[in-house]
Amino acid sequence: MTIHEDKPNGSFLSRLKTGMSKTRELLFMNVEAIARGIGPVDENVLVELEEALILADAGADLAGEYVVALRAKWRRGELPDIAALRLELKKMITNTLAPRMAPIPVAPPYPFVVLVIGVNGVGKTTTIGKIAHLLREEGHPVLLAAGDTFRAAAIGQLRVWAERVGADIIHHKEGSDSSAVVFDSLRAAKARGTHVVLIDTAGRLHTKTHLMEEMRKVVRVIGREIPGAPQEILLVLDATNGRNAITQAKTFQEVIGVTGIVLTKLDGTAKGGMVLSVTKETDVPIRFVGVGETIDDLRPFDAESFASALF
Amino acid sequence: MFENLSEKFQGVLKNLRGHGRISEGNIEEALREVRLALLEADVNYKVVKEFTAAVRSKALGAEVMASLSPDQHFIKIVHDGMTSMMGGEAQDLDLARRPPVPVMLVGLQGSGKTTSCGKLALHLQKKKRRPFLVPADVYRPAAIEQLKVLGSQIGIPVFDSDPNADPVDICREAVRQADLTGCDTVLLDTAGRLHVDEELMEELRRIKEAVDPGDILLVADAMTGQDAVNVAKAFHEKVGLTGVLLTKMDGDARGGAALSIRAVTGAPIKFVGVGEKLDALEAFFPDRMASRILGMGDILTLAEKAQETIDEKKAKELTRKIRRSEFTLEDFRDQLQSIRKMGSIEDLLGMIPGMGGKMKELKASAPDEKELARVVAIIDSMTLAERGNAKIINGSRRKRIAQGSGTTVQDVNRLLKNFQQAEGMLKRFSKGAGKRGGKGLPFF
Repeated sequence: MTIHEDKPNGSFLSRLKTGMSKTRELLFMNVEAIARGIGPVDENVLVELEEALILADAGADLAGEYVVALRAKWRRGELPDIAALRLELKKMITNTLAPRMAPIPVAPPYPFVVLVIGVNGVGKTTTIGKIAHLLREEGHPVLLAAGDTFRAAAIGQLRVWAERVGADIIHHKEGSDSSAVVFDSLRAAKARGTHVVLIDTAGRLHTKTHLMEEMRKVVRVIGREIPGAPQEILLVLDATNGRNAITQAKTFQEVIGVTGIVLTKLDGTAKGGMVLSVTKETDVPIRFVGVGETIDDLRPFDAESFASALF
Repeated sequence: MFENLSEKFQGVLKNLRGHGRISEGNIEEALREVRLALLEADVNYKVVKEFTAAVRSKALGAEVMASLSPDQHFIKIVHDGMTSMMGGEAQDLDLARRPPVPVMLVGLQGSGKTTSCGKLALHLQKKKRRPFLVPADVYRPAAIEQLKVLGSQIGIPVFDSDPNADPVDICREAVRQADLTGCDTVLLDTAGRLHVDEELMEELRRIKEAVDPGDILLVADAMTGQDAVNVAKAFHEKVGLTGVLLTKMDGDARGGAALSIRAVTGAPIKFVGVGEKLDALEAFFPDRMASRILGMGDILTLAEKAQETIDEKKAKELTRKIRRSEFTLEDFRDQLQSIRKMGSIEDLLGMIPGMGGKMKELKASAPDEKELARVVAIIDSMTLAERGNAKIINGSRRKRIAQGSGTTVQDVNRLLKNFQQAEGMLKRFSKGAGKRGGKGLPFF
């Protein structure tokens, strides 16, 4: 899959920025000095910066680490003003995230199988619809597997998406075994010469052992049917979630294995700063960010614009 | 990462131990730990700041209760503060008015509104109400279908919403229909929306205006991070929330959002969702939530039990006696009894953070319930003089005591020996560590 480059006036950055400015209006946040970006650096400015990072869900520990590093530089006279300070922090965050910026490596042998997992309500089904759309635009034949047989009407939701983007869909009845749906989908994909199979799964909290076990079974079924698959296990994280997203990522990685992350709901005022810790702990690349509900609101993750929107 | 938190907390709070009072010097590090614990639990930064400031002023110079060590006392101040901040008694929906009463569920996408709607309907049905489910989400594909499926699962009527209609009209029409069909509570499942989406937020205000709901509940995900305050504030300003329903509490999120939301809206948390099944809805208990946010296990329950069961004056008297080496068998019995009042030894051990793994070894060495009862019986069979001065208990007295308490002379001997040891230990304590006896329960 190729990355669609953001045009300089692309809406992605502007959306992130809008979200950020709205945060300022809404929150009783006092980052004025930092926001203005002018004036000398002092201890107050550093404290404000730490606050801003914590408010972006970066976590108190990590925010502290960044500020300690910045303070050291400032004392050495390397950061004369707020603009320089901001630039330095942006650089630090970009450097942390840049190595974890990579598209899904969709390539033959087909079918390339993508399993989409995550806790309840993070936006798995919507994300699948959007990814399917991107792949369809690139000319890939796509098949959606309605593996969420638990949530009422989850199958109906995926069917609407399949119709919208022009993808095939395999589904069973609600309450049926999701491994069976997956098995049938892979069979169909092989027979039809489908390039990419996107498997939707029921949301599950990472603490529910039996549901995590069920997911392992699905992975086994896939591997038995197509050796080497699933080539991608995509974990969807909700940017409005806080520190718990780190535990989610770690548990899903330990139990099931995660090869890519999608960060959704960045169009609100949540900054998703916890992905800094998530990538640090799991070393999994971030594939996409979700910035809205419409079909085009999925963008390749870009470390620099993410860093700019963070504080 | 959270399992260790309570231990860490304990470690830091040790520096409060051995001080009779909580002072400026020994409180700062403890407050820092509280601050970090709250931030790690996703309580909003600003809320944390205000909260820790309040705790500081309350804790400074507070006289430590005799039944609690200073660190336990400090935890209690923190815990009490959080509990009262999150509201007192559990509250149900406000349905005391002419039916049908509309109830609006609002929130971000994916917070769990539709599932919560089904859960609330079941909850109302159990309370002999006649709920009516209304899917008002015309945006998300199959959202209407989802609520219809849930309704049929629990046998509750669902309004047949037209996906092309205006949600305001849907809600108005649904309330009219509820009135005609004799349903008394109308649950309006609105679409998930971003709090910064002006157009959709305006839609909520129009729905509110059209149906005049008795309750407007914000459905919020327990895993929500720092952004919880922005979301809650925006929804509150637009429609005026009357309560909060906190979902996905069956995960391991510490749920600091509960505190943040309460702090910015003042709206009580009325329910918590604790599972995917439709009966997984519970009333909200602020004290339990406080423990969860703090990640402290049940040391708080233990602290509270100690406070409830140990008479403060008696505890003070005991401390004085220990210092003067006047500790008697009677005091020994009082202590044992107050321990028993607190619950079974096993329960108590289980409440101590970090004890989880060590429970098995401890169970073997801890005195069992029966033995405690026997000891109390033996002491009860002694005369006042004997209880005051164990030295006078000679052979014939021992025989009488054994007979009176239904035990053997060996049992009496063992008790006296234990008591002597305890007495010796206390003497050493009162000479050495000085005030440590004030903590109470020197035998465990």
